[in-house]
Amino acid sequence: MQKVGIIAHGIIPFTKEDHKIESILHKSTNDLFQKNTNIDKKGIDAVLVSTNNNSKYLSPVLSEMVGIQPKIAHSIESLCNSGTNSIVSAYSYISSGLADMVLVSGAERYDSPGQILEWDNSRGEFKHPIFWASIFSKSYKRKFGISDEQLALVSVKNHKQAKENPNAISKKTYTVKDVINSKKLTDDLRLLDCSRPCTGSASVLLASEEMAKKYTDMPIWITGIGQKTTSAGFTKNTSLASMESTKIAGQSALKMSNHTVSDIDVAEVHDAFSVCEPMALESIGFTNPGKGMSMVKELHDTNNFKINPRGGLIGTGHPLGATGISQTIEIVQQIQKTAGNRQTDNANVGLVHNMSAASTSSTVLVLER
Amino acid sequence: MSFETELSKGKFSIPECLTCKKIIWPPSEFCDNCNGETSLKKGEFEGKIIEFSRQDKNYFCMVEFFDSIRLIAKMTTNPKKDQIVKISKCGITNGNYFFEII
Repeated sequence: MQKVGIIAHGIIPFTKEDHKIESILHKSTNDLFQKNTNIDKKGIDAVLVSTNNNSKYLSPVLSEMVGIQPKIAHSIESLCNSGTNSIVSAYSYISSGLADMVLVSGAERYDSPGQILEWDNSRGEFKHPIFWASIFSKSYKRKFGISDEQLALVSVKNHKQAKENPNAISKKTYTVKDVINSKKLTDDLRLLDCSRPCTGSASVLLASEEMAKKYTDMPIWITGIGQKTTSAGFTKNTSLASMESTKIAGQSALKMSNHTVSDIDVAEVHDAFSVCEPMALESIGFTNPGKGMSMVKELHDTNNFKINPRGGLIGTGHPLGATGISQTIEIVQQIQKTAGNRQTDNANVGLVHNMSAASTSSTVLVLER
Repeated sequence: MSFETELSKGKFSIPECLTCKKIIWPPSEFCDNCNGETSLKKGEFEGKIIEFSRQDKNYFCMVEFFDSIRLIAKMTTNPKKDQIVKISKCGITNGNYFFEII
């Protein structure tokens, strides 16, 4: 297989504002090309758009707007992990030799239809994600003896880290008391425990080794990919206190990259809700089952940005189709040592964890220089 | 006669494969194991509360039937984990299933 690297990226600030999907796709792609004026658009063989938006033919539309006539152009939808699914598709096109350079652009509006999986009738009238998040939270707390106050620390940490991210929707810091006193959505979930659906877009350009070296002396290689889908319906999850698909995807990605989890210097994990962060940390293997919150507390107390340096989904916002790409850009910047105030020490190997629909599907990527 | 036709009449039934007898959930015309056709088992089925939480006055509970069907149902009284329950009300509103347990 050919090596595949990320050679450029573009992003726009995440917001609650009302913008057309085509406009925000164009903006993040334009940001990418403005920052990398040496890139010859004629060399881009494929344009992939990651979104849950209902607008049609978005990849050819984006291609026309930015002046590309690609061989391959299509959209990819997989709810919240559409972004990393698109990156994996781009990787596959390049490593198979079907393409040398692929533009992946993700975008979502605040009113995305991807927020609710209408098909999942097993959830009865409780289809909104706050209900699966409440069940996960209750189960996790029950199994490991964790309190609401302990879980609230995820939100406190990630809002703090998001303050250093100019593209994050959150500009405030909060205390544990603020989180606990925020609007009670259910017995097990407060408003500040939740990531916010928003409008946002992010783009990356992937290239073969030969093409990457032509354009940059600092490509970030994708060395590990793991994916697993266990079901579509939430109620099929075998465990309500861990993430089975994440566990399998994480193991696959680490094996492919020839790394162990202790080699990972920095990671973005899919904290759609507070409880998701400790569950993801445990399922990937950063810590033992039930110890995720101890890890979060230690990171917070020592101001260590190793996990979710950009502020996670809770601090940055969650424009579904752009989230996985935005997470990936953060890890690229961390490894390139260009993350500014969010920069973590010795970030040489990074990991991205992006999941969908109550962890029924997960993607894990390992990135390095 | 489909699961949804019965559900819309307020009757909860269990889809089962005619060939291999596997219970199929979510309901489907075909078995995900042997691809055979399914039929509906009718009756009053007992389920067990696996987990629950509450929004305002109502509890929402994940309930398991026959170790294979799991759904989320409303409960108006205080549930307990592992409590044995029955479906007291069910149907379809605006395309969404709803279930209530006692």
